[in-house]
Amino acid sequence: MAATHVVAEGPPVTAARDRPPADLVGPVAWLRRNLFNSWWSSAISILLGYLLVRWAWGLIDWAFVNAVWTLPATANPLDLAMPCRKLEGAGACWAMVGDKWRFILFGRYPYDMQWRPALCVVLFIALYGASANRLFWRKELLWIWIATLTVIAVLMWGGVLGMGFVPQDQWGGLPITLILATFGLAFAFPLAVAVALGRRSREMPVVRVLCVGYVELIRGVPLISLLFMASVMFPLFMPEGLNPDKLLRAQIAIILFAAAYLAEVVRAGLQALPKGQYEAADALGLSYWQKTRTIILPQALRMVIPPLVNTFIGFFKDTSLVLIIGIFDLLTAGKVAMADPVWSGFSTEIYIVVALIYFGFCYAMSSYSRGLEKQFGKAKNR
Amino acid sequence: MIRASLLPAAGLLLLAAAGTAHADGSGSATLDAVKARGQLVCGVEGSTPGFSIPDSQGVYRGLDVDGCKAVAAAILGDSSKVKYVPLTSTNRFTALQAAEIDVLIRETTWTMGREASLGAEFAGINFYDGTGFIVKTAQGIKSAKELDGASVCVQPGTSTELAIADYFRQAKLKFTPILIDNYPELQAAFISGRCDVLSNDSSALATFRATQAKPADFMLLPEIISKEPLGPMVRKGDDKWFDIIRWTYFAQLIAEEHGLTSATIDAAATSQEPEVRRFLGLEGDLGKALGLDNKWAYNAIKQVGNAAEIWDRNMTPLGVPRGINALWNKGGLMYAPPMR
Repeated sequence: MAATHVVAEGPPVTAARDRPPADLVGPVAWLRRNLFNSWWSSAISILLGYLLVRWAWGLIDWAFVNAVWTLPATANPLDLAMPCRKLEGAGACWAMVGDKWRFILFGRYPYDMQWRPALCVVLFIALYGASANRLFWRKELLWIWIATLTVIAVLMWGGVLGMGFVPQDQWGGLPITLILATFGLAFAFPLAVAVALGRRSREMPVVRVLCVGYVELIRGVPLISLLFMASVMFPLFMPEGLNPDKLLRAQIAIILFAAAYLAEVVRAGLQALPKGQYEAADALGLSYWQKTRTIILPQALRMVIPPLVNTFIGFFKDTSLVLIIGIFDLLTAGKVAMADPVWSGFSTEIYIVVALIYFGFCYAMSSYSRGLEKQFGKAKNR
Repeated sequence: MIRASLLPAAGLLLLAAAGTAHADGSGSATLDAVKARGQLVCGVEGSTPGFSIPDSQGVYRGLDVDGCKAVAAAILGDSSKVKYVPLTSTNRFTALQAAEIDVLIRETTWTMGREASLGAEFAGINFYDGTGFIVKTAQGIKSAKELDGASVCVQPGTSTELAIADYFRQAKLKFTPILIDNYPELQAAFISGRCDVLSNDSSALATFRATQAKPADFMLLPEIISKEPLGPMVRKGDDKWFDIIRWTYFAQLIAEEHGLTSATIDAAATSQEPEVRRFLGLEGDLGKALGLDNKWAYNAIKQVGNAAEIWDRNMTPLGVPRGINALWNKGGLMYAPPMR
């Protein structure tokens, strides 16, 4: 491998040639170098290639060629699945998704008002888009967030402007996932920064002990048990009939949990910052908050973008754990849709759709973070 | 001396306080709460076909859901004033104990242990279920006694799992449990042949059979190996509330007995049958005695239907035969005391 590499980069053999020989560069050469450079390497390449083609062929057959795309026109709802059942697994039953997609996306939200949660999803995505653009990184962004979240709350609850009131127990699907993730991370992040700073504080030992205790306590238990505490134990301690909403309880549990993990990520950034930066800031006579806000945090946070995004992505998916306490997030709605006896036995199609939605959001987050790192890295790599 | 004279005074005060509480409310804290809220909060399962599951438009349907609706119609006169709280098998009893819900109608099996230890009680039985087996017709098995050495697909942690373990031990037969938590996957495992038998509540097995492309390929074995009476549950200590839940359910049975349906109940106002007249609130004050309007039963039947209508709406399309869930005079176990 190393030997061929040197040859490939070496000077042309004769001065008369203005291009390197075809067997040293180009796709054929790449194939030969990487996939067929010895007899066993060729054998493995051919075997894997064959399996890959066969698998892809089967997938295309199942997902597109043999698939059922449309719902049959029938009076008996139990017959809706008959065309799919006749396939006996040879093809995907996308008709099921056609029947259930609104339930998966919006849960039990009243059917004729589902344009409202749909608009909320669009607003959430627009909000993420605006926040991702560095041109918008000013103070006004905070006001945009507050305004958008207010509009989302009005749309979801209704009860004003001629929109009917929809209580939280009827919300569901994708908006719930986005609400849990967005509010969860938006509140957890500032809390995490405060806890990380508190944990590094030298002048205030009580604050430090509290912060360490909080982080270790929360990290010591799984999210599922926190959610269980919020949904099962907490109501027992409250006076009868005086219970905060289940969604709110789960939301608070998620915020507390996410903050503990994010705090450790932020602390890593604070510790990685050279001590000289702290001392230089002190030498300038900056106060603690000036120093933290203008010198320490901007550098520390920049360093921890990859682990931060990693935690964000993890939490976006962890919101699906609210399944166990009966909140209708995207995955729960998908699972309930599968339980419909009309479509009993079909579940792969819905899992695929739900997975694609999760993948869309998570992949957008990770490619954005890669772009951000590249932009920030420019100064360093110059 | 002072203490002795204070005690009766305190007692009087307490009595006075209790007296005013009585004058203000109906004597049932739960009923007062429901009326003040204008909504019944009903704990359901939320994902079992036939009992409670949202349809493709997100509207809850099922036997348990109709039970909630009937109670709301009886108390508030409007069957749509229900808030459904989906509960898991773990948090259902806590939700009831913590008064997060007014009534739990969630396919909960009535057992002595539950009634004795949970601070809650069963107000009736809305479905007689039992653990059964389903096999592929091609296997040629006719009875559960032929299942020696079979592999049985079952959900872990359910009463079904315990029931089949008991059954096989008692019958001195060997079996291999195949445990899969997710019910759709469990069904798929059975269809693909990973196990010989699928075991579950017989209602769920009938549903499974009815929704297959060729139902005749599958056969329910005749043995029902456990009793699973399912019913609504309320907190102990609120007897008036208990009565309301129990009698709303009996009203559905009595309506079926007298042939009163949501379509015919208006015409029945001219009936001279004494029990029908009491049922409709035309005679007597039975509704008032429950702390409700005298038209409570009329509202429940008019808006939700009688027991047969509720069955036909939710269970018949799933292919579940009524069997022992029929009225007592039609060969079933459903029996309501007289309304007088």
